[in-house]
Amino acid sequence: MVIERYRPFTVMVAVVVVTVSTLLLVWAIGSLPPESPGLSAQVSANLINSGVQAEVTAVLLNFRGYDTLLEVSVLLTALLGVWYLGPFHITSDTPVRGLVMDNMVRFLTPVMILVTGYVLWLGSHAAGGAFQAGALLAGAGVLVQVVRPEWLALRDSRTFRGLLIAGPAVFVLVAAGMMLLSGSMLEYPREHAGSLILLIEAASTLSIAAILTMLFTGGRPHPGAGN
Amino acid sequence: MTLMEYLFDGLLGITLIWLAARAVFAQSLFGAILSFIGLGMLMALAWVRLSAPDVALAEAALGGGVTGALLLAAYNRLHHPTSNQMNQQDGH
Amino acid sequence: MSQYLWYALVGTGLFSIGLLGLILHRHLLRRMLALNVMSTGVFMIFVALANRNSALPDPVPLAMVLTGLVVSVSATALGLVLIEKVQRQHGTPVLPEDDA
Repeated sequence: MVIERYRPFTVMVAVVVVTVSTLLLVWAIGSLPPESPGLSAQVSANLINSGVQAEVTAVLLNFRGYDTLLEVSVLLTALLGVWYLGPFHITSDTPVRGLVMDNMVRFLTPVMILVTGYVLWLGSHAAGGAFQAGALLAGAGVLVQVVRPEWLALRDSRTFRGLLIAGPAVFVLVAAGMMLLSGSMLEYPREHAGSLILLIEAASTLSIAAILTMLFTGGRPHPGAGN
Repeated sequence: MTLMEYLFDGLLGITLIWLAARAVFAQSLFGAILSFIGLGMLMALAWVRLSAPDVALAEAALGGGVTGALLLAAYNRLHHPTSNQMNQQDGH
Repeated sequence: MSQYLWYALVGTGLFSIGLLGLILHRHLLRRMLALNVMSTGVFMIFVALANRNSALPDPVPLAMVLTGLVVSVSATALGLVLIEKVQRQHGTPVLPEDDA
C-alpha cells in the first residue's frame, strides 16, 4: 500500500473529503425510487420508427445521434492533440518476436477482422454496433503494430488521413444532408433510417479503429506517399 | 433472486473493490496496471449481470484492452525509454 | 438488498477509492489510473440505476455510458502522452509544483 503524500494534514483532508462525498453519493442513491422505468417505454414505443431493432443502438445512432457525432469528433480531437505533441517511435529496441507471438498474430488478425464485421452488422438487432466493432479492430491494430509493424506501415499520407476522418466526415455529411432534405439535422427518413445508420456505423468503425491504433502509438507517423 | 445469484453478485462486487484498491494503491506500478486490466475484464462480467451486453462488449474491448495497452505502453515509455526517444527533439 | 442497490454501492466504493488515490498520489501515471478507476465507478452507478425497472434496462443511460467509455479512453490516451512530455521536460513524471 503506497500513498505519496505523507503529511498528516493532507491525509486527513483527503479522508474527510472522500468520506463526505461517499456519504453524499450513498444518500443520493438511497433516496431514488426503487422502481423507475425511465425512458425505456418511450424508446420501445418508437423503436419501429428508428430503423434498427436494438434499443441501445437506436438511442445511440438515432434518438441521440448528435451525442454520438460529437463523441466521434472528440476521438479525432484527442488524436489531433497527440499528433501535435510529436512524432512516434517504436516503443522497444528489441521487437517482440518468437514462434508463439508470430503465429498468434498471423492467426488472430483475420479472425478479429471477421468478428469486427459481424459485431458491426449485429448492432442492428442485438448487442453490438460501431464502437464495439471499432474497438475490436483497434485491438487487432495494436497487436499488429507491436509484433509486425511492417504490415501496417503507418505513414502520414493522404489516404491514412482520409481513413481517420472518414467516420466523422460521413456522420457530418449525413447530418447536413438530412438538414437539407427535411429541415432538421439528423432526422432520418423512416424508410432509409436503417441503411443510413449502417453507413454511418461502417465509416465510424474504420475511423475508430484507426484513431485508437494511432492513439496507442502515441505520436504522429512519418510523412509518407501522397503528402 | 436465488442464493447462487446473491453469492455471485456479492463475490463479484467484493473482487471489483479489491482489484480497484490494488490498482490505486499497489506498491509496484506495473502490478497496479495489471490489476486495472483485470478490473476491466471483471467489469465486463458485471455489465452482463446488469443486463447491458453492449456496454460489456465495449468495456472488454476498450476498458480492458485499449486502455490497458495504452497504460502499458506509457509505463514502458516512462521506465525504459529507447535510445531514439532520449535523443528525440521535442516539438514538431 | 436488491441487485441494483448492491452494484450502485460497489460503484460508489470504486469512485471513492479512485478519488482517494487521485488526491493522495503525486506520480502522474498513478493519478491517471485512479482517474480511470473513478470513471469506472461512475459508469457502474449509472448502469446500476438504469436497472431499476423489472423489464428491460433503461437504454438511455446505457448509451451515455458507452459514449463515456469512448471519451474516457481518448482522454486517457491524450493524458498519457502529456505525462511522457512532462517526464521529458522535468526528468520525473511528477508535476513541478508537487515535486517539493
